[in-house]
Amino acid sequence: MKYLPLLWAGLFRKKTRTLLTLASIVIAFLLFGLLQAVQAAFEAGADAADAKRLLTISRYSFIELLPIAHLKQIERVPGVVGVSYAEWFGAKYQNESNAFPVFAVDPERYLAMYPEFTIAPAQREAFARTRTGAVAGVRLVERFGWKIGQTLPISSEIHPKTDGDLNWQFDLVGVLDAEDPAVRGNTDIVLINVAYFDEARQNNRGKTGWYVERVADSSQAKAISEAIDERFANSPDETRTQPEKEFAVGFAKQIGDIGALVTRILIAVFFTILILTGNTLAQSIRERIPELAILKTLGFSDGKVTALVVAEAVLMLVLGGAIGMAAATALLPVVNGGTGGRFPPLFVGAETWMWALVLALFVALAVGLPPAWRARRLRIVDALAGHR
Amino acid sequence: MGPPPTDVLIQIRGVTKTYRRGSEKIEVLHGIDLDIPRGDFVALMGPSGSGKTTLLNLIGGLDSPSAGTLVVDGRRIDRLSSGELSHWRAANVGFVFQFYNLLPTLSAQKNVELPLLLTSLTAAQRKRHAAIALSLVGLEDRRGHRPKELSGGQEQRVAIARAIVSDPTLLVCDEPTGDLDRTTAAEILLLLRMLNEEHGKTIVMVTHDPKAAEYANHQLHLDKGTLATASPEP
Repeated sequence: MKYLPLLWAGLFRKKTRTLLTLASIVIAFLLFGLLQAVQAAFEAGADAADAKRLLTISRYSFIELLPIAHLKQIERVPGVVGVSYAEWFGAKYQNESNAFPVFAVDPERYLAMYPEFTIAPAQREAFARTRTGAVAGVRLVERFGWKIGQTLPISSEIHPKTDGDLNWQFDLVGVLDAEDPAVRGNTDIVLINVAYFDEARQNNRGKTGWYVERVADSSQAKAISEAIDERFANSPDETRTQPEKEFAVGFAKQIGDIGALVTRILIAVFFTILILTGNTLAQSIRERIPELAILKTLGFSDGKVTALVVAEAVLMLVLGGAIGMAAATALLPVVNGGTGGRFPPLFVGAETWMWALVLALFVALAVGLPPAWRARRLRIVDALAGHR
Repeated sequence: MGPPPTDVLIQIRGVTKTYRRGSEKIEVLHGIDLDIPRGDFVALMGPSGSGKTTLLNLIGGLDSPSAGTLVVDGRRIDRLSSGELSHWRAANVGFVFQFYNLLPTLSAQKNVELPLLLTSLTAAQRKRHAAIALSLVGLEDRRGHRPKELSGGQEQRVAIARAIVSDPTLLVCDEPTGDLDRTTAAEILLLLRMLNEEHGKTIVMVTHDPKAAEYANHQLHLDKGTLATASPEP
């Protein structure tokens, strides 16, 4: 710590140059924080996936529906210990920007399939017995200030009622929550009772979007998936079953290989930073050769002078990195508000902060070591000769 | 005049210094023999290229001789490694240069504190030591100023404060008045003489200026790498 004023003074010897370099580091880490948050959001589905859950969709397309009548046959597949199903509702609340996922589900089956969601027993029971009932995720309840017992007026983009009206009304009977903060981040959903929905909709009655199966042994997941699909082979409604994690990863990749995209962007950004900061630091050290010689004259050893130069690079990168990451952390709630809940919540996790630190230290060493080596090899007599 | 020298602080025997320029070897110092008593104030004079600064660098531990022995305060410094020399310099030598060589981004106080960063003193102790050194050179009211806010004479006083702050035995001064006007130079030389006489610092000063050399107890003349005659005591 006693060397901090010395480091700080060296760093801000040329204020404008240092501030511009610092700004580029801040932007690089801001980008890192934001892109990592996007990547984490895309991977969240896979991370939250249960190894004992399978997902069955139509063999040809995710938007093709399957008969609810498949339920009994799937239940008979050996190794399957539970089955649930859900249908996409396509909801808007009040206006276009308030869109969030609404699933039409069999309450008991669905809540049993996802034990990571918590709900009060009385509310769970009310959801099962109320045909117009709905339960909402805690994030939506907090966002819109909903109260249990109120009516939820929700419009569907795809499902008209029998009278052709797209506006539906449900009774809010419960709130879904989760103990795990990551799961709680996925509570931007509403579940409605499929019994009422299926009866009241105009089209596709008796059909559902997908099935979710629970298997007794996760090591048998692949074999059971094949057994389910075999059961419906050559039927008008062939299926494709996958472990939930595979499905989540594949679904995210339909949009693009976000991980690869993020990695490529970040490599380009940090390579630029490496060159820019490296050049700035090298220039700064070149200008301070006489000062470094003076430090050596006063008794600073070669090792100490080397450490000071590397520490200056670390200070600049860690400072810029911390500001950039803090900016990303502060910016994401604004971004989340702007998406109207149509995208999973973005946040900078502890792991991203740790990677940012590792990245900052790596870049600091890469840019700091060459000038530090030069400073180490500096001969006092030669350096002072040019300054006498 | 200060207390009479009692023992030898610097003992130089057969010291040569050779530099290599391409394939050519240039011997700058040829077998120097010299004793400098503790508490002495010696002016090292001679024409450009005579080897004064080279000899000063050897005495100050900034460079090592090619041959010969160099003993300072009972320790052979010609045998010390680079790291050992760094520690030795920090503990035993203060340096004053012609162009002051202060760090431009630090205040006078922080410049003076620099050598103390290598000690185990606390921040408060470092601050107090630096304040004492600055008051000794008459600059206690300028401690917060950066070098560019000081005159040349004041900068050199800060450099002297930095040289004495860790209480070294030996002060090595390379043309300390070379960049100053006559009046300011006289003030600096009086300050050096005060440090010699009242604080017992042994001072070796390189100078071109015979007037400056008059402030020293002894004058040594170097010519073409060889020590010529020593002038009589003033």
